[in-house]
Amino acid sequence: MPFIPHTEQDVKDMLAAMGAASIDQLFDEIPASLRVKDLPPIPSQLTEMELSRLMRERAAKDVNTLNFIGAGAYEHHIPAAVWDVTSRGEFLTAYTPYQAEASQGTLQLLYEYQTMMASLMSLDVSNASLYDGGSSLAEAVLMAARTHRKNKTHRILMPATVHPLYRQVVKTIVSQQDIEIVEIPYDPATGKTSIAVLEKMTKENLTALVIPQPNFFGVLEDVDALTHWAHAQNALVIGVVNPLAMALLKPPGQWGKNGADIACGEGQPLGVPLASGGPYYGFLCCKQEHVRQLPGRIVGRTVDQSGKQGFVLTLQAREQHIRRAKATSNICTNQGLLVTASTIHMSLLGPTGLRKTALVCHQNLCALREKLSKLDGVRPLFSSHLFHEIVVELKQPVESVLTELAKNKIQAGFNLKKYYPELGNALLICVTETKTPEDLDLFVSQLHDVLRGLAHV
Amino acid sequence: MMNSVPKTLKYSKTHEWVRQDDDVITVGITDHAQCMLGDLVYVELPDVEMSLELGQECAVVESVKAAADIYCPVPGEIVEVNESLFDNPQLVNEDPYGKGWLFRIRPFESDFHELLTADEYTRQVASEAH
Repeated sequence: MPFIPHTEQDVKDMLAAMGAASIDQLFDEIPASLRVKDLPPIPSQLTEMELSRLMRERAAKDVNTLNFIGAGAYEHHIPAAVWDVTSRGEFLTAYTPYQAEASQGTLQLLYEYQTMMASLMSLDVSNASLYDGGSSLAEAVLMAARTHRKNKTHRILMPATVHPLYRQVVKTIVSQQDIEIVEIPYDPATGKTSIAVLEKMTKENLTALVIPQPNFFGVLEDVDALTHWAHAQNALVIGVVNPLAMALLKPPGQWGKNGADIACGEGQPLGVPLASGGPYYGFLCCKQEHVRQLPGRIVGRTVDQSGKQGFVLTLQAREQHIRRAKATSNICTNQGLLVTASTIHMSLLGPTGLRKTALVCHQNLCALREKLSKLDGVRPLFSSHLFHEIVVELKQPVESVLTELAKNKIQAGFNLKKYYPELGNALLICVTETKTPEDLDLFVSQLHDVLRGLAHV
Repeated sequence: MMNSVPKTLKYSKTHEWVRQDDDVITVGITDHAQCMLGDLVYVELPDVEMSLELGQECAVVESVKAAADIYCPVPGEIVEVNESLFDNPQLVNEDPYGKGWLFRIRPFESDFHELLTADEYTRQVASEAH
């Protein structure tokens, strides 16, 4: 068969067979009001030289800004060695090894990654990664449903403090599977999930409680009490966590008396650049007893006939190439290259380096909170412990403040209005280890000026 | 080498064997089935008190190279599962008609006419080989 899909004659024959006069006629189904009549003109092709010049001109428009936006994607220092090593041909060009065991280097790296993630989460096992944080949470919910197979339908308690985009992804992926996602409102004073609110929920067919740590507001949830409550209802606990924060805070495997059952989240803070929002990767870890419900690839270490160490893909009966219809997931490609970067990043920093990074993020946030508290027109919204983000209420419209500060090359934070309109003029500000005391002073003084300026308009 | 097919047992087309003792029947997989699967690494069994219909998927046996569903050969209620398989799934390979049994059912009816005799099952295995 030729690779050219259809000749003009083919198109004519097919239209004739359908009794259609033209290809355009096939789109008559779509109401005219919904159709875009004029696509912006697409220019003809450029030469490499012309294209390089165009891109250089566009790149020159980028300005270095001081970034205080977090909200799920975090700016961290990445040692130069990380992407230098990751960009080696052996890593960069390798697609999923279909003859996996022939690629011992790739498998060993994934094995090291799994070991690091499992220890960071204080859980028994990790898979070789998933697409992103949102899909890892969706897979965690599906795992919980399979584990509680005795429940006819499944109710998943999902705090409103979980990343709003993750909640959308979860809804999209699980909504056809007799899984009901029940949103848990947060306490407006503390910005976190309270046991009192959970107690009011129907406890029938309760399959899992999702616990974000830190939550979308940067607030630390009462993970021990929440875990204890969920386990007392015979529900599983899914921790959706910032992996860097886990170097400093109590990891999911140690929450409550028995630990969270599953941990998932976005791996980006570990060596993956912001890069306009992706590609990133998701991680997924669990207790040993749930390993057969864990989707995606898992690399194991073994010995060959002569006792030499080797790495293999293991527990493959969970995967779609063994039992397609009964696979734990059919959307679980791992993000090998980003995991490579993360693994190198974690090995360079080590547990101490990761902990120090997390600590400096937190100390910087505390310093900023202190400075902000002295500003007129700025009020922290929640009285809770924080990691490296804070929600503040501004006296002036958030949009105007953001626009004015952007003019001064400061990205001041994430506007919460779209997802949390009830909070009013609320701004989510993030500080990582990349900010100096001078950066914080500049930010606060600029914010002060902008607020004063807007007050006088 | 021929796989063993004890004359005292009944068989399903899907390679389960069935043995009746008083009012309870015991179910396992045949020597032929374990041989085709290879070394078992995991067995997933139904919950006790679960009611099963004829042909319902009720267990999974997993080897290093494949996973296979077990279909209920006789409608009834699960009264016991072989918990020793959780730690030692290879019992199915070593002793498929003995220590490697999977679960016990209290059947809803006494008539098992759907099942094959040892000779019929042997002929079926032989025909599948061609």
